[in-house]
Amino acid sequence: MSISYLEAIRDAQAKVLADDPNVFIYGQDVGSFGGAFKATKGLHDEFPGRIIDSPISEDAMVGMAVGAAIEGMRPIIEMQFADFSTAGFNQIVNQAATLFWRTRTPCPITIRLPSGGTPGSGPFHSQSMEGIYAQYPGLVVVTPATVEDAYHLLVQAVQTDDPVLFCEHKYLYYHLKAEEIGGDPLPIGKARIVRSGTNATVVSYSAMVHECLKAARLLSEDGYEIEVVDLRSVKPMDTDTILGSVARTGRLLVVGESFPWGGVAAEVVARVTSEGFHLLDAPPQRLCSKDTPIPFHPDLWAVHRPTANTVVHALRRLVGF
Amino acid sequence: MARLLEEKLSSLYRAGGKIVGGVYVSRGQEAFSASLASQLTTGKDVYGPLIRDQAGRLAFGENPVVAFQTFFGSPAGPMRGRDGNVHRGEPREGIPAMISHLGSLVAVVCGMLMARRMKGVTDCVGATSIGDGATSTGSFHEALNTAAVEKLPLVIGVANNQFAYSTPNDRQFACDSLVDRAIGYGIDGFEVDGTDLAACLRTFQHAVARARAGHGPQMVVGSLLRLAGHGEHDDASYIPDDLKKEHFGRDCLEVAREQISEHQWANVETLTEWENECRNIIDTCVQQAGDDGKPDPYSEDWSPLANKNLLDGYLLS
Repeated sequence: MSISYLEAIRDAQAKVLADDPNVFIYGQDVGSFGGAFKATKGLHDEFPGRIIDSPISEDAMVGMAVGAAIEGMRPIIEMQFADFSTAGFNQIVNQAATLFWRTRTPCPITIRLPSGGTPGSGPFHSQSMEGIYAQYPGLVVVTPATVEDAYHLLVQAVQTDDPVLFCEHKYLYYHLKAEEIGGDPLPIGKARIVRSGTNATVVSYSAMVHECLKAARLLSEDGYEIEVVDLRSVKPMDTDTILGSVARTGRLLVVGESFPWGGVAAEVVARVTSEGFHLLDAPPQRLCSKDTPIPFHPDLWAVHRPTANTVVHALRRLVGF
Repeated sequence: MARLLEEKLSSLYRAGGKIVGGVYVSRGQEAFSASLASQLTTGKDVYGPLIRDQAGRLAFGENPVVAFQTFFGSPAGPMRGRDGNVHRGEPREGIPAMISHLGSLVAVVCGMLMARRMKGVTDCVGATSIGDGATSTGSFHEALNTAAVEKLPLVIGVANNQFAYSTPNDRQFACDSLVDRAIGYGIDGFEVDGTDLAACLRTFQHAVARARAGHGPQMVVGSLLRLAGHGEHDDASYIPDDLKKEHFGRDCLEVAREQISEHQWANVETLTEWENECRNIIDTCVQQAGDDGKPDPYSEDWSPLANKNLLDGYLLS
């Protein structure tokens, strides 16, 4: 009996809905239809009146969630695609993110962002928004790479008294499965070393963790042991675990799927350069997508984003420095 | 009271020293604003005031000292120097604090109403204001459409003061009247002379009662003129003189005085008495807010999150 990344997201929502009567889900097609990706399948019948279809109005959806949070509710907003959250951007970064700071009123909302590329999805159904939202004070941004984290981070997100952007990766929805969801989860803000190594550190998150693990396996055939760090949440970012790993390996590569200007990868490099310059035996590197909109054709897309092969290439240059 | 309070704010702004940032007044819009808020019950209803709602705030029960505290950036005010002037509120008391992005507060009020309905609270109305300019935002449209779909007990007062900052109505919208938009949303719409206190009171009383009775969102469009600049920094030279002579250019407070006298609601002595009382309250408030001092950057906790465990430690140092 295995559980997929998508089922874990569904089950996590079922759990928080069952645990807390203040939780409700609001989004496009989330009701009896069960959501564009079926992440809310069956919940409409299981929790009557609490899984609510919204108009195509991302701005109003988030504004409504903030209002509900003021009244003590814990709404989960499903954006149909992370890309569409730009239509609700103002409410996220100016209304939700500033509410506690300005008024001492907690804003416990969770915004689910079906993120990242899948073949054939093109420029507007493929984006990774974590770096944009992490830029704003007052937001928590989590990026689960595993089935267990998809479950536990979502439960924790809903239980958090602050707005959380939950960046769930669409490529992992069906591809990634686990035998079961274990207990004893790590808290938000704690990174995980998913593979130990001595020659270089690769810091990554979300679907790219799996490309990095593949790359590490390929390089181990050549005798290089690569340490892979899964950030799990990009804000807060677990700087200590990153620095601890770089202290062991002396080399850093950061891999992210989002666009290359600024962003999470740049933030990791900046922190390590600033706090761990003395630990580095080589200039820290980053590998992101190309600086173009995300292409439609699978052959173009496969080259646009980092893959195990390009990670291997980047790591070979890094360890050979 | 609102007029006198804002006149005090304006004179403090011109004198310099106490006021941090700009001053935005609602001269000419007081009757419309107060008429909406006076139909609400504090503690039971939701009121989301906007820029020119000093009168509505007072009618809803906001302590006048809060205005001065927020304009001064006082650490004892509800915004503690973290936000200022008209961006103030007590969300948990039913008064959400507006952000500068006009139109975006409507959805917040809708969310508060939806949450209350989910909790089984039925006898509650949510009211908010908007200007002619902000009716052009996508945020306004999305929220109103959503309110209509959800049939929320929302009352929105559209103060058509003819200008969005300096932009006249003919550069803002092309429909004959903003109230026509109500038809498009499938909600009730009413037009009122925004300078006529008695008419505003009657119209809002009707609209609030309809919302409370379950008839869904209500839109009230009031025609009036902002008898001041967008802010005190603005001389409003773009408002043509002939427009000021239009019916909607008359001062709602003068109209109200005539109506009060006509209906014998109060005599001249009583009005003077009220005015003096207001002046005394305002002076006390200015004194109190001034005595609060300034926020201290070194004791400020600089924490944007409710959950301190989730602060990014690296960014704190």
